Amino acid sequence: MTTWTPNRSPVAAPHVHGRANVPQVMRTVLLALLPATATGVWLFGWPALNTVLLAIAGCVAAEAAALAIGRRPVGHTLADGSAVVTGLILALCLPPWAPWWLALLGGVFAIVVGKQVFGGLGQNVLNPAMLARVALLVSFPLEMTAWVAPQPLFSAASPGLVEGLAITFGGGPLPDAVSSATALAPLKLGGDFAAGEALLALALGTVPGSLGETSALALLAGGALLVARRIVPWQIPAALLGTLAVLAALFNQIDPAHYPGPLLHLLGGSAMMCAFFIATDPVGAPVTPLGRAIFGAGIGALIYVIRTWGGYPEGVAFAVLLMNAATPLIDRLVRPRRYGRLRTGAPLPLAPKEDGR
Amino acid sequence: MTMILSVAVVAALGLGLGWLLGLASQWLGATTDPVVERLTEALPGSQCGQCGYPGCGQAAIALSKGEAPVTLCPPGGRVVAEKLAEILGTTFDPGNLPDRGPLLARVRTDYCIGCSRCIKSCPTDAILGATKQLHVVLEEACIGCGACAEVCPTGGIDLEGIPVTLRNWRWHKPGVGHA
Amino acid sequence: MKIFRFRGGIHPEGNKDPTACHPIARLPLPKRLYIPLQQHIGEPAAPEVKVGDHVLKGQRLARHQGSVSAPVHAPTSGTVIAIGDHMAPHPSGLPVQTITLEPDGEERWVETEPAVDPFSLTRAEVAARVRDAGIVGLGGAAFPAAVKLDAGNRHPIDTLIINGGECEPYLTCDDRLMREGAGYVVEGVRLIANGLGAKRTVIAIEDNKPEALEAMRVAAAAHPGISVLRVPSRYPMGSEKQLVTTVTGREIPAGKLSAEIGVSVHNVGTALAVCRAVRFGKPLVSRVVTVGGGAIRNPRNVVVPIGTPAADLVEFCGGFTVTPTRVLMGGPMMGQVLPGLEAPVVKGTSGIIALTAAEAHAASERACLHCGRCVDVCPVGLVPLELAARVRAGRIDDAAELGMGDCLSCGCCAYVCPAHLPLAHLFNYAKGEIAARREAQRKAEETRKLAEARRLRLAAEAAAKAARRPARTTEKAETES
Ligand code: SF4
Ligand code: SF4
Ligand code: SF4
Ligand code: SF4
Repeated sequence: MTTWTPNRSPVAAPHVHGRANVPQVMRTVLLALLPATATGVWLFGWPALNTVLLAIAGCVAAEAAALAIGRRPVGHTLADGSAVVTGLILALCLPPWAPWWLALLGGVFAIVVGKQVFGGLGQNVLNPAMLARVALLVSFPLEMTAWVAPQPLFSAASPGLVEGLAITFGGGPLPDAVSSATALAPLKLGGDFAAGEALLALALGTVPGSLGETSALALLAGGALLVARRIVPWQIPAALLGTLAVLAALFNQIDPAHYPGPLLHLLGGSAMMCAFFIATDPVGAPVTPLGRAIFGAGIGALIYVIRTWGGYPEGVAFAVLLMNAATPLIDRLVRPRRYGRLRTGAPLPLAPKEDGR
Repeated sequence: MTMILSVAVVAALGLGLGWLLGLASQWLGATTDPVVERLTEALPGSQCGQCGYPGCGQAAIALSKGEAPVTLCPPGGRVVAEKLAEILGTTFDPGNLPDRGPLLARVRTDYCIGCSRCIKSCPTDAILGATKQLHVVLEEACIGCGACAEVCPTGGIDLEGIPVTLRNWRWHKPGVGHA
Repeated sequence: MKIFRFRGGIHPEGNKDPTACHPIARLPLPKRLYIPLQQHIGEPAAPEVKVGDHVLKGQRLARHQGSVSAPVHAPTSGTVIAIGDHMAPHPSGLPVQTITLEPDGEERWVETEPAVDPFSLTRAEVAARVRDAGIVGLGGAAFPAAVKLDAGNRHPIDTLIINGGECEPYLTCDDRLMREGAGYVVEGVRLIANGLGAKRTVIAIEDNKPEALEAMRVAAAAHPGISVLRVPSRYPMGSEKQLVTTVTGREIPAGKLSAEIGVSVHNVGTALAVCRAVRFGKPLVSRVVTVGGGAIRNPRNVVVPIGTPAADLVEFCGGFTVTPTRVLMGGPMMGQVLPGLEAPVVKGTSGIIALTAAEAHAASERACLHCGRCVDVCPVGLVPLELAARVRAGRIDDAAELGMGDCLSCGCCAYVCPAHLPLAHLFNYAKGEIAARREAQRKAEETRKLAEARRLRLAAEAAAKAARRPARTTEKAETES
């Protein structure tokens, strides 16, 4: 008979565990980002792939270095995959033909300033990728807004592998394709932009824009996976996109010539990316269902405000960081009611005999 | 006009962000000295007072000021001493460290001559018995200070650990080793 | 009938099929029985037999003492060979006062109370029989059943809920009991309802037990006061608070008993024991135990005498196929690790579960992601990540403030945590710590009082001495204090 030696130190229940673990969560997020990444690389060619790899490399290297300096277990922590996710999300927010140092610097900045100075995964208050995005935007406004028109891989205009390396590492003058305005630019200028064709392009992503944020459909597919797998809570994307759409519809009703309708707001720019992948980064989001709804609605409203009246064409990064900062407050104010107690924490009163039930 | 508006919005956002971060750090931030907090965390927290301080919190403050050795806590034993030394960045000699928990005095019946000295020394009147009679310790009242053992002329009082039973057994802190 | 939803909860893998499909087997008499004197919440029972005594099956070995207690009876006829310490079925591995019985193999019953028409008995008589039979809650909590029946006299009970939830994975003893003994269970239920004076009775069974539901529906069909309610399978459905909410829509106010809102909850196993005790006068000397888990060769349900060592059960079920990582008493969500296979089955033992490493899905601990899943699943509405952070930092009082004391230790939070934090363990520790602090506080106050009393005494002695001094100036003892 197979024998058994009891554990020396008592272990507490539960003795079984769900299948979820951190590396698996991160793997699912990566999987969900795959459609958007693939679309981005397809649309913007080899240089986009370089950007992705460089941003990830920057994050992983910075994380490893920070862990080593802090004398924390490097291999074990790296294996959680969170640095790769941060790198990929950052890359998808960058211009596809970004120079090599931009991606690398962004990655290092995200991990070191956005995460490790706070004490690592779960300790940080602000979203690392968004912090890096804002820092880059403020420091290198020119490079950060050098959009290119989509030139699908293997199409005539698409740069080859070698050419791609030259674009990323060469640092030379960018080809003509660069510097077309993003689809969101018209949001500011007003005008005729709600044509069906334009919306279709936004959905597919065949417009100039950040590497992985142009194709609303690809992002939606990945986002649906995350929501279905319960990796991200549905409240955040629902509240975010809902608020954005309602505000857009409202102002569109008031003055259609000045304020574009909800579809453009939802499909254009970083809204989709933000709703499913950025705002839902758990470290900076509230933990209660109601708190998440408030958080999502706040981001949605801020995005609309910044896009419409702010100084930057896209306000996602600012909106997320601002609400990240509000998260501790939200978590503190919105706690679930405890069983058998009133919201105040006092025990429920004993019912005064049977009510009319 | 648009420019002023956008500058205003960004400025307002920046201000708001700064304000929230400030608030958050105030509400969440450590109000106590982080070293003291870590020391308190490492101590058993039983507030038994065997270190000579009223409780673990005060013991931690004393440790942080260098007023007490890392071996101050008898119930914590060697594990706790090592932790404390690590937090304070010092070393200690584990050789002379007794590894014991909170204590109770017990009078050994065959040694007790009924001299009653122990009764007079006990700060909590935990010992019962009249002159020339066997003396017993009230477990409930004894705080394990050891004063009685010191004055006993026959060395007939032992300090023993409080026996762990199903009723007073408690879960250990995960990752800290167990009692 | 309307069903209400409780907050949170999880759907763990049930793993009930391997044992649910076999009829209950009977364990041959073990060589030795180890009967702990404390198998229930409350005061331990006081032994009434001596070493060397020959006892009959069902004879009382120890009587209850104190208001919350229960007697224990001999599970078979035989000789008492020891009264002393034996390993308790408790994670600490500490000993407990235990009567060791060597069966003589004859299974001779003691003269039991005559069988009667149980419905001719008064409420008090029913309660007395239940108490004398040593019945405790068989769902695991092991709270003396008579005390609960008695609470019905102090608070009017309108709803009796019979807990057939069995929401713990692996466990199927209640399921099999309802399938095979529905008639007796329903009779026990009616007796409890009579004893409590309950207006209506609801037997709540999770929808993953269709056969048990059907059997109970048939058995209860003749009794209009009893309804069988199909409730969704969601852990912790079998927890008293959650079940009360599911059935009545009411919440038990914090710090109150369910009886105070007119509800009483009993387990199906308890109902069967009540039927045996009241109708046949038989005390509680055996129970059904699920022997399961991936490491057991032939998992199944077994009727075992109380006091049977876990080792006998494991052997009866074919032994281990692989070395288990943990052997549990009770289910995997709230059960406790066994300190060794020599620990005996007690009244509250619903299962002996031997888990393999693959079943446990253990993974190394990582930093909290702040993902909030623990908040989503907590049936109480706590924020486990905040509690855990405070407990870790030694800020037990802050944790208490945030509701640590309300935690059920259901383990939902730890089950879902992707960072595999030992949340439930931290909370067990914190609750123990809160209790210890309360105790220490009490002792400190006591100490202060004692010290103060001593100071007063010494002062009074000194004063008395001072009064006598003029007469005896050579007194030496005054230097003493
Ligand atoms: S001896 Fe240790 S446990 Fe006792 S009060 Fe001092 S620090 Fe706390
Ligand atoms: S150890 Fe201290 S408190 Fe205990 S009996 Fe001796 S003198 Fe009294
Ligand atoms: S163990 Fe406590 S904190 Fe965790 S889910 Fe259950 S009740 Fe909530
Ligand atoms: S489930 Fe675990 S990782 Fe997620 S918030 Fe709760 S404690 Fe943290």
